[in-house]
Amino acid sequence: MPTLIRWRDGAAEAVDDPFTDVADDVAIPQGDVIISLARFQAEGAGLLGHGRQLGVRLAADEAPEALAYDLPCLHLVALTFPKFRDGRAFSAASVLRGRLGFTGEVRAVGEVFLEQAKFMIRCGFDAFVPGDGTTAEQWTAAAHRFRHVYQRAQDGAAPAFVEREGV
Amino acid sequence: MYRYDDIDAAMLEDRAAEFREQCRRRLAGEITEEQFKPVRLMNGLYLQLHAYMLRIAIPYGTLNSAQLRKLAWIARTYDKGYGHFTTRTNLQLHWIKLKDAPDILDALAKDGLHGIQTSGNCIRNLTADPHAGATADEVDDPRVWAEAIRQWSTFHPEFSFLPRKFKIAVTGSETDRAAIRIYDIGLRLRRDAEGALSFQVLAGGGLGRTPYLGSVIREALPARHLLSYMQAILRVYNRHGRRDNLWKARIKVLVASLGAAEFARQVEEEWAKTDLAAIDLPDTELARIRAGFVPTGFATLPAASAAFEAAKRESAAFARFARHNVMPHKQPGYALVNVSLKAIGETPGDCSAEQMDLVADLAERYSLNEVRVTYEQNLLLPHVKLDDVPAVHAALASAGLATPNIGLISDIIACPGLDYCALANARAIPIAQDIARRFEDPVLAEKIGELKIKISGCINACGHHHVGHIGILGVDKKGEEFYQLTVGGSGDDDAAIGKIIGPALAADRVAPAIDQMVEVYLRERLGSERFVDTCRRTGLEPFKEAIYADAH
Repeated sequence: MPTLIRWRDGAAEAVDDPFTDVADDVAIPQGDVIISLARFQAEGAGLLGHGRQLGVRLAADEAPEALAYDLPCLHLVALTFPKFRDGRAFSAASVLRGRLGFTGEVRAVGEVFLEQAKFMIRCGFDAFVPGDGTTAEQWTAAAHRFRHVYQRAQDGAAPAFVEREGV
Repeated sequence: MYRYDDIDAAMLEDRAAEFREQCRRRLAGEITEEQFKPVRLMNGLYLQLHAYMLRIAIPYGTLNSAQLRKLAWIARTYDKGYGHFTTRTNLQLHWIKLKDAPDILDALAKDGLHGIQTSGNCIRNLTADPHAGATADEVDDPRVWAEAIRQWSTFHPEFSFLPRKFKIAVTGSETDRAAIRIYDIGLRLRRDAEGALSFQVLAGGGLGRTPYLGSVIREALPARHLLSYMQAILRVYNRHGRRDNLWKARIKVLVASLGAAEFARQVEEEWAKTDLAAIDLPDTELARIRAGFVPTGFATLPAASAAFEAAKRESAAFARFARHNVMPHKQPGYALVNVSLKAIGETPGDCSAEQMDLVADLAERYSLNEVRVTYEQNLLLPHVKLDDVPAVHAALASAGLATPNIGLISDIIACPGLDYCALANARAIPIAQDIARRFEDPVLAEKIGELKIKISGCINACGHHHVGHIGILGVDKKGEEFYQLTVGGSGDDDAAIGKIIGPALAADRVAPAIDQMVEVYLRERLGSERFVDTCRRTGLEPFKEAIYADAH
């Protein structure tokens, strides 16, 4: 079982992942599953409401708006980094949280790179499947490297211009 | 000038500490070079032909004396005693050791300097009109807005891994001294009849392999909504810009493939869904930034200076310097003084630590403590009393910084080229030196008048060759350095992409070809036509004929 790192209340913790991430050519097992957008659109209706939790995995070129009306039924949305340098998932997470109001888990999958921890958290990610063996302690430390931020994002941190008004 | 507050200072400290940790992880083998690369690039650290290169940001080209002295100190302590100012108004040090990089960033941070986002696929260091705050023809100081964008774009969580690099230039003037049409976003401040500030927004400019000039996507954006509109542009680009092909990943390709009107529509649609109040700066913050750019310390002076006029009468050399390097200031009795980094036979944009120290001293004594870096790779003292110009000139001349050639044929832009850069196909610096030597005579240079030569050592176009009145592009022909000439380009108000004049030339043929073109120009020009005007009127034929006559 791959390590899942969950971000909650300003700290990362390693947890057991109850979800099975299911490839399109594999039969859907029992229990909580993550499936692709295409499979969700084809088979999702039949999977919901059977006492299990459902997550949808979006490829980097799939828009989160495609899930706009289904989000209340989903436990999580997994956003894929095909390469860590491919930054589309940062926009997808921002849209999911800021525009579509998704309050479930937003999970980073694919090439998930510790050095991007702060950016991911700021865009609304709260779960990570790092491929490089990095630990929850490292993720917590990486997320706290900076005392301030300059712009408003999805993490609710007060930007510099708000801090300055408070002085 | 604007000074970083405690929050800005903490950001730089934290960044330097982060980079120290990332270097440690790299040296310990915890991360691969492939993973480390974007991390170091976003701190301005490149691996070049001979060593690491550190690119230090000079946001909107503005420095104070202490900062320039710090750059001199870094160049002396960690490099070979000189640096190279670039067309993005950054300073490059070409002989850096990786192990020194964290110490250098710490030292820079103490004076509000850094290498943040001077490279990588993120929003790069901003450029602005070098005459900002000193010219009478601007509606507002563009640096106020450039600083707002600097803060907003620094460590932007959504836009730090874009399809490709992203460059923004800002001007507050109708006269474009910031080349806003050749950048990913160009911004021009305007003031309407009611006095409200707005931005003309251009997008999709860029040079490189397929050059484009930016298109207007919004004629009048209310200035207070600048950041939310930037977010909308960047989000459309981040989501839809191509990622399958490095050469098609810039926003210019997205704008060109959609068409500017459709791109603008998508931006407007995204912007309409944006919570503007969450993103745009409150007026109080804009006012705080603005206060930092209001120059203080001007004396009340008569418009004319007897000392300045007398010096012009007494010395032909000073008079020539005054004609080409001294420009009018909005404040009576003051002038902008250009410091030429284009001494004949030297490397364009190079500046020794001693020269940096001297300019810093002059800025402190004569220019309200301010220095500017121009995209044409020169320095500028923005607030000099006319009375003091003779003394400033004498000091500059003693250090080889007073070549009277701003805008003239030897004021050449050149990238570092194959002498330093791993990407280059050919050398740029020796070509620039050859041409400058050939036109060393200041009387001849003045007779030729404005002629902007821009040289790039490869198709990435760091030397802006596409928008040179004469552009020179280094190409590799079976292992030999050749140079392709373009004519008629401009990065100014008359922005245009130059046209290729003919087959590429061997290195030793380039300077003679420039000579031949200048001869044609001097023969063909009508009245006060500039070189580029004559080219556009006559077309390429007479120039082509002169260069390739031998080949017939």
